[in-house]
Amino acid sequence: MSSGDIWIIGASMTPFGRHDDKDLIDLAAESALDALGDADVTINDIDILTMGNVYEANSHNGQRLQKQIGQTGIPVYNVVNACATGATALRVALLSIKAGESDIGLAVGVEKMGKGGLIGGAAKKRDARKVYNPSGRYGSVLKTEGILGTGIMPGVFAQAGTEYALAHGVTATHFAKVAQKNHAHSVLNPLAHYRKEFSLDDILNADVIAFPNTLPMCCPNTDGAASVVVVSDAKLKTMDPDVRRRAVKISASVLTSDPWVEGGQVQPDVSTLTRNAAAAAYEQAGVGPEDLDLVELHDCFATAELIHYDNLGLCEPGGAGDFLDSGAPWRDGKTPVNVSGGLLSKGHPLGATGIANIYEVATHLRGEAGERQIAGAKIGLTHVIGLASACAVHILEAGVS
Amino acid sequence: MPGQIPVVDYLVLGDPPHLQARMCAQCDALYFDRRNACAHCGRRDFTWKALASTGQVRGYTQVHRAAPSVPVPYISAIVELDGGGVVKANLLDAQLDDITPGLTVTMTTFVAGVDDDGTEAIAFGYKPVKEQG
Repeated sequence: MSSGDIWIIGASMTPFGRHDDKDLIDLAAESALDALGDADVTINDIDILTMGNVYEANSHNGQRLQKQIGQTGIPVYNVVNACATGATALRVALLSIKAGESDIGLAVGVEKMGKGGLIGGAAKKRDARKVYNPSGRYGSVLKTEGILGTGIMPGVFAQAGTEYALAHGVTATHFAKVAQKNHAHSVLNPLAHYRKEFSLDDILNADVIAFPNTLPMCCPNTDGAASVVVVSDAKLKTMDPDVRRRAVKISASVLTSDPWVEGGQVQPDVSTLTRNAAAAAYEQAGVGPEDLDLVELHDCFATAELIHYDNLGLCEPGGAGDFLDSGAPWRDGKTPVNVSGGLLSKGHPLGATGIANIYEVATHLRGEAGERQIAGAKIGLTHVIGLASACAVHILEAGVS
Repeated sequence: MPGQIPVVDYLVLGDPPHLQARMCAQCDALYFDRRNACAHCGRRDFTWKALASTGQVRGYTQVHRAAPSVPVPYISAIVELDGGGVVKANLLDAQLDDITPGLTVTMTTFVAGVDDDGTEAIAFGYKPVKEQG
């Protein structure tokens, strides 16, 4: 009898970086075919395809991918959910399996970021004559970015970090230490965008983007794709022993959005939905933060990683600074965090990130992470957050099927 | 004499200038934008509430890199207003080092732009309340 568990039997990720010679579908196809090969199946075996992408989401990329790797007539879901897009695509495949509509699914996440990044482009050219007329939901007469504070991503996450700093006494140096760690970790990851260590001084003295985040404390613009193949428990039991041996169990899969909090309308609250997702995931999996052998969390900016130590329960409430100072989130620490290099150094192709985090943890749980392997890893957690606002948390366990 | 217009309609250019919010008639949740319903409790009835001009800085950043049309650097602050309401605006007449837990600020207004009819767009920001002594 099926236990109802869902398993990952194939996972892949392209190198993250600039891929000027490949388009979106090239990257998606590369990772999809690699994941199928890793699972020892073909596109003909797949019952459902889900495709996560943000910037070209109106282009029916799932169907475009099928035209390159196999048009088998299966249902395709094109998914967009900000930076949580990839993880949401995985959940769509997983929900279809749980619903009994599918036995085996392929989830793909892909993004070509271009050079604009997360600070926005030039303003639209104005009409020849400028006359103030209130418009929009706030009756604004001009663009308020930079006049009524900032709403762009480096600033939003900086403000989330300084809110924690004012409440709990962490410093700009604490935030810089996060970036120091993740850049150091990425040196061991052959798929990372950057593989270069930075000293604390290098990071603190680099160009400020939005204080306290300097350039090495902000994720780079990165192209890339990642894919996973997931199956039902019943399907896995029919598969080759070698596939079963390498299978990774999805012990928890949770998606949340923002609950209402005061002030959430002016400053996205990246904490409450993360806390809610983590609590639900720990309950679903029957494990606690103390059981985790590694964590891949959403460090789009260094300030974000530090507050998520607290939001994910990796430290005592208010204790993120002490947790970091103790060395706990380093790869040789108590709870290694972002041993891939994280978004800060590995890169952050929005639609791919959620699945790339799954790829990283699954690879460690299979004992196949090479030089960066966390020895004996059995349980790991992945977290992504997209504004505004979705948070996905998955807990994965090394399988004994 | 040129006219003046607030940059957003939740700024009231009275004497003194102040912010106003839509307040849910059921749960008192506050909103700056035009509402379809309350995001907290779902009710559709709102009243107006005038907000205090003083509050405390809850979070902040100093922006150095922005789109070409936005002058930098500037300090953005999230201010928790006395008596309710949270607002985001620039922190004026202040340095990063001035910002400490519980920093009290007060609202001020400034001209953010002038259109071709000479109408001034009036924006608001916050400046630290200096301790007497």
